[in-house]
This record gives sequence, C-alpha cells and structure tokens, in this order.
Amino acid sequence: MADSIRLYFRYFGVSVRGQMQYRASFLMTSFGTFMITGIEFLAIWALFARFGSLRGWTLPEVALFYGLIHVPFGLSECFARGFDLFPGLLKRGEFDRVLVRPRSTFLQILGADVRLGQLGRFLQGLVVLLWAATALNVTWTLPRMALVLGCVTGGICLFCGLRVIEATIAFWSTESLELMNCLTYGGVETAQQPLTIYRPWFRRLFTFIVPLACINYFPAHAILGRPDALGTPAALHWVSPIVGFLFLLLTIEVWRFGVRYYTSTGS
Amino acid sequence: MTLIRVENLVKTFSVAERRAGLWGAVKGLAYRRHRVVRALDGISFTIETGELVGYIGPNGAGKSTTVKALSGILVPDSGRCEVLGRTPWKDRIANARDIGVVFGQRTQLWWDLPAIESFDLLRDIYRVPKTDYVATRDELIERLDLRSFLDVPVRQLSLGQRMRCDLAASLLHRPRVLYLDEPTIGLDAVSKLAVRDFVRSMNRQRQITVILTTHDMDDIEALCNRVMVINEGRILSDGTLDDLRKTVTTERWLTVDMLDGAEQVSDPDAEVISHDGARITLRFDPDHVSAAALISRITAKYPVRDLFVENPPIEQIVARIYAELKL
Amino acid sequence: MRGYWAIFSARCRTLLQYRAAALAGLGTQIFWGWVRVMVFYAFYQSSSAVQPMTLEQVVSYIWLGQATLLILLYGVDTDVVAMIRSGTVAYEMLRPMDVYSLWYARAVALRTAPVLMRAVPMFILAGLFFGLQPPASLAAGCLWAVSTVVSVLLASALGTLMTVTMLWTIAGDGIMRLVYSATFIFSGSIIPLPMFPSWMQPLLNFLPFRGMADVPFRLYTGNIPPSAGAIAIAHQLAWTLVLIICGRWLLARGTRRLVVQGG
Repeated sequence: MADSIRLYFRYFGVSVRGQMQYRASFLMTSFGTFMITGIEFLAIWALFARFGSLRGWTLPEVALFYGLIHVPFGLSECFARGFDLFPGLLKRGEFDRVLVRPRSTFLQILGADVRLGQLGRFLQGLVVLLWAATALNVTWTLPRMALVLGCVTGGICLFCGLRVIEATIAFWSTESLELMNCLTYGGVETAQQPLTIYRPWFRRLFTFIVPLACINYFPAHAILGRPDALGTPAALHWVSPIVGFLFLLLTIEVWRFGVRYYTSTGS
Repeated sequence: MTLIRVENLVKTFSVAERRAGLWGAVKGLAYRRHRVVRALDGISFTIETGELVGYIGPNGAGKSTTVKALSGILVPDSGRCEVLGRTPWKDRIANARDIGVVFGQRTQLWWDLPAIESFDLLRDIYRVPKTDYVATRDELIERLDLRSFLDVPVRQLSLGQRMRCDLAASLLHRPRVLYLDEPTIGLDAVSKLAVRDFVRSMNRQRQITVILTTHDMDDIEALCNRVMVINEGRILSDGTLDDLRKTVTTERWLTVDMLDGAEQVSDPDAEVISHDGARITLRFDPDHVSAAALISRITAKYPVRDLFVENPPIEQIVARIYAELKL
Repeated sequence: MRGYWAIFSARCRTLLQYRAAALAGLGTQIFWGWVRVMVFYAFYQSSSAVQPMTLEQVVSYIWLGQATLLILLYGVDTDVVAMIRSGTVAYEMLRPMDVYSLWYARAVALRTAPVLMRAVPMFILAGLFFGLQPPASLAAGCLWAVSTVVSVLLASALGTLMTVTMLWTIAGDGIMRLVYSATFIFSGSIIPLPMFPSWMQPLLNFLPFRGMADVPFRLYTGNIPPSAGAIAIAHQLAWTLVLIICGRWLLARGTRRLVVQGG
C-alpha cells in the first residue's frame, strides 16, 4: 500500500514536471479556471443583491455550501484527471501498455495525469469557504474544523469515484456518456445551493445515488448548529462524509468489472 | 525447457458494421449490425527457453491477438496457455513482471520527459531493486549507445533513438520473455542493424526468449531460426526458414553479370526472370540440374564477367504464400 | 462552394455516428436547465421586488439557452488544434482552398448539426413540460430566428479566431480557457444578463458575447422589444465582421510565421 502511494507521488512529480515546461500556459490556465469558476459565485452574489435571500438562506450560508462543494471538486479535478483522459487513452490503444505492467490498472490510470492548472477552481472555492467562515455566526471549534476536513476528503473520494465510473463507461461506448457529466457537473451546480430549494425526488437523487448531500448539505447543518428542515438526525450530520469514501470503493469494483470486460472482448 | 505452451486457443470478436452515406448514418442511430470474426481458430505451439521465434502472417491474421493473449491482455474463448507456468490472463500482474513488450508504433516512454526519467519511473513501477536496476540500466545504455541523448525529452528524439530507448525500457526489469511487435518499422538502415544486433545478443547471451512479429523479412532472416506463419487464426507453418522456403519452392536463382549488355542467355534447364542492363537472373530447380552443372554450361557458352547463386529472397517467398492464401 | 458543402456534410455524418452521446446530451441539458429553473423559482419566491425580467421570461430564457447551448459549447476546433500540434497543418495550407473559410465552414457545421439535433427535441419537451413559453409575438419570433442564425455566425467567428490563435501557443489552452469563460459569463449562459447589477449593463451591452445567446433570447421573450430588434441584430453582425477580419488577419500572419519557421 505504501509502495502504491510512493508510486502515485512519482507519477505526480512526472506530470508536474511535464507541465512546468509550459509555464505560461499553466499560469494562464490556473487564472482562467479561477475566473470561470469564480464567476459562478459572482452570479450567485448578483442574484442575492437583487433578491435578498434564497428561501430563508442567507448569502454566507449559501457560500458555505458552495465552498464545501467546490473545494473537493477542484482538488479532484487536479488529482483524478487521469480518469478523465482515460477514454482518449483507450481509443489510442494505450491501455494495453497499462495491462502489460505489473501494477493495478487503477493506480496507473490515476497517476496518468495531474492537472495543477485546475487548482484555480479549488482556490476560488477556498476563498469563498474562508469568506463564509468569517461572515457566518459560527464558533469554529476543533470538531467543526475536523468535519470540514472530513467533508473535503470525503468529497474528493466521491468525485474521484464519479470520474472512475465515467471512465469505466468508455470500455463500452466510444463516446463518454454525457450522463456522467450531468451527474458530476450538474451535481455540483445543484449542491452549491441548499437542497431545500429542490423537489423531493431531486434531493433523493443527490442523497442516495450520487451522495453529494453527504459531503456538504448534511455536514453544513452540524457546522451551522441548525436542525435539518428535512428532518434528518443530527448525528448523521457529523458522519455523513464517510459515504464519499464508501462510494469510491464501490466504483473501484465497477472499474474492475470494466477491465474484465475489456480483456475478454479485446480492443 | 518449455517456456510457453499454447493449446487450441480460440478467440472470436464481434465487429459492428458502419453504414455509408448520410441516410445510413441516421439509420445507424436506431440499430447496428454485427459481424463475427474468428481471430484465433485453434492455435497450438510450444516455445523453449532461449528461442528467437518469428511470427508472420498477413494483416488481420491473428498475430497481435496471439501476442495479446500471451501477455495477459486478452482472455480467449477457449484453450490453454501457459507462460512460465502461469496462465497470463489469470495472473496478469505476476506474468507482467516476467515479460517485456515493445510495440513498434507506440512508445512506452513518457513523451515530455527525458528517457532516463522514464527509466527511473519504470523502475518504480516494476519494483526493481536499486543495485540490480543501476547495473542493468547502465549496461543497456552502453549496449544501445544511449548516453548522448538520455537527457533529451522523448518527443524530440528521432525514431531510431526512441526505439533504442524503448528496447532498453522493456528490459530494465530483466524479463525472461520479450515480445517485439514491428520493432524496426520506419527505422533507418543503421538503426535497424543496431536493433537486430542487440536483440540477437540479448537472446544469445542472456537467454531471453524472443517472439518477433514483423513484416520486415530482413528481420526474420537476420534473427530467427524458427518461423511460424499464421493466417485467419490458424498456424500454417512452423519450422525453420529453410522449411518455409521449401513449402513454396525449391528453386534457386543464378545471377550473371555479362561482359556485353546486349547478350541474351538461355539454357534448357533454366528460365530467365529478369534482364537488367548487363545483369541477367535465371531460376532453376536444383533437383533437375545442379548449380555447378548449370554454371559450367553457361560460362562455357557466354562471356560472363561475374556470377552468384542465391535463394529467392524470403520477401518473395512470403509474398507468394500470402498471395496463395488470399485465393 | 461544393467543397465547403462536402466538408459540412462529412462533419455532420461523423457527428451523427456518436449516437449514445446524442441521446445522453439531451438528458444532461434538461437536467441543467431544470436545476437553474428551480434555483430561480426559489429566488423569486424569496422576494416580491420587481425584477428586470419576469420569472416566466427567465424560464424561457434558460430553456432557449439549453436548446442552443452547443452554439457556445465548442471552443476551438480540436481536430485543427491537433493538426497544429503535430505539424500537419502545413497540409491544410497547401490545399487549393482558402484556409480561413475552410476552418470557418467547419466551425459553422459544428454549431449547426448538433444544435439542430438538440434544439428540436429540447423545444418540444421544454415547451410541453418545463415552462418554455411561445415567443412574445410573431415579430419577436421572426427576429429571434434571424438573430439565432447570426449568433451561429458570430460564435463560429469567435471559435475560428481562437483556433487561429493556437498557431502561437503550443500547449496553450490558457488563453482559450480565458476567452471561453468570458464567453459563458457574458453571453448570459450562467444567469440572464439583465440580472447582473445595473452598473455592469453598459459593459455587457458592448461586448460581443451577448450576441451569442442573450440577444436572441431576449428578442424571443420580448425583453428586447421588436422595435429595438434591428439594432440588436446589427450589433451581432458588426461583431461577427470584426471577429472574421481579425481571424483572417491573424491567420495570414500565422501562415507567414509557419512558413518562415518551417513548421
């Protein structure tokens, strides 16, 4: 296990060094990503300026939801990019090379690419989160801060898992299914607002199927010290980020299934 | 000792068919037709340690399918296969530690980095102990003369340089078996010789078993004492190069350089197949007339300046085999 | 002219091959639109102050955006960029066709076939189930149709210009990403442009990006009245021309540079 982590960091170094050669592009991409993702929050701010509140939620509270989703998503966009590139890899016939090496396919694909340029999204999410932390009427106890960390970690696992599923689909269809895009980016779009504004079936989608609620909506209630208007127990709010991790484990099994399919039908 | 044993491998694929034209494309949105292809139709062979085997056949014959099954990338429909006592697709990772693969058209090196860094990364991937790695790496660098461009990013290397690096990369972990897929394709003459030289020495001195798939018959002639011909998923021929030659023809060729270019040459037991300036090539059947007898007859009748006897080039032989297969 | 048509139809054929993507894309967009609509519902419920657009107008605006999103979605022509990176763009330059027009034709094809395939079902579904209103008037509908066609030309011009800039940056998706993000925000694809603060309106009205989405949508909903329609469409056309001229000029310089540097 430690060996695999070492290997991942070797891959990491390789990717970063490869990208550092194009320094101007890297800076421009980071800035660009910061702007394009930051502008989403600007839009939310503009709407709050016009409407004043969102069904009882204030801007700092919405900022908390926003930050708790974009920070892990941004980090996963940096570190799990290997899976985004997988369909291209598969099309070029380079997956055979991966299979010929004595390592898990998951690890090799994960390490295939690290996009530090995506740190832009993480940074703007972090900025919003920090602003929310100061603007909210919340005492930042150690458990609360640990919960935030848990949300970020669980969130990274969850988004990684979504990417793994999206990549696994490439084994069957040459064009990656936009449905996954929809659940990932659409999910982020959804979860950056409090779930109470959505219809019940929508809420259930993002609680049970793609459990984004577990990494920002429920924990936010623990942080804000509020009871959930939807009636979930307070204890749940503290442990829900673990669902993200379990989700990742599930997707790894799906990946393995995909690899078995590939090896039995050939390229 | 038998290193590789293949028994009755069968593999079929189902291939989707495309339709032509704009209307066809719209129809394709609704349903697709499929065609079944028998890539491997009961392949069997064994390979001993230290062999250098050539594996040839027309495109689509099943060469790469076989290599994929042997390297654990593909699970066949039925049949047995053992490489170093393991079933490749069942023990993928363990099998991968003992094999090296070179795909001629695709490099395994990281594009933006110098080759030496790819080597270091591969060392971590293959978990090669440090001292072994350094020794092997340095030896390979020496043998393949890589030192002068080890620090250059791979994307800036010439094809010949890249191929030599790829060869080195495939051997860093000291595999017992090496699969080479078109290793000399697109290389200049000097690089081709270097590659062949290297493969031959790895095979002879380190007892690395090599399976070579190629369309370049010079490779086969230079390296392989054993050649397998595959077509439509079946092995048609498995033996030495001479055996292969004899399946097509026993003829030999006599080429004479005349003192006078305008001279014609003819002989009852030989047929002229080409007349290029002062050079005339005749073919004859050594069972009918011995080379010595033919030579003495011709040199007695005609003013010959120089001559030599050879087998028909293996290219021709194989082309004839492939042509017959298409019928 | 036949050459351009051949390229156009070849591209359409290729795009039609990817059937799974074609079907799933519709679902994605309905999803996106639905989320946005729900957010706006919630906002409108939170305040009774008068807004620059009514909720019905906003809903229609959003669905029009989804229906024609693909006009905006394609940034640079990835195939051309791959050609530039590998150096085979030199072959393009050698063909007996004006390279800019070639690339422009491709850009227009990219924004026509997929858009039509997406827009038609989207219109039907959004109109029947999701609150897309019919045009505010016949005049509004006609103006919207014209404006949409021009928006395709405009977006293609911008896309081609971005593709041409790739002749300079090697790994560069940096500048492209910047322009791409600007396109999204300032075209009204995140939130309708009138919803931005009033001090931003003059800037938003000047930039070309509104011509790619905001203008046709607001003509449709009547937010821009038919009397102001001609000016709005003229704004789109003017920017289209500017971007085409920039693109051609830049391409000429880029070609010279390639020839001088030997690719």
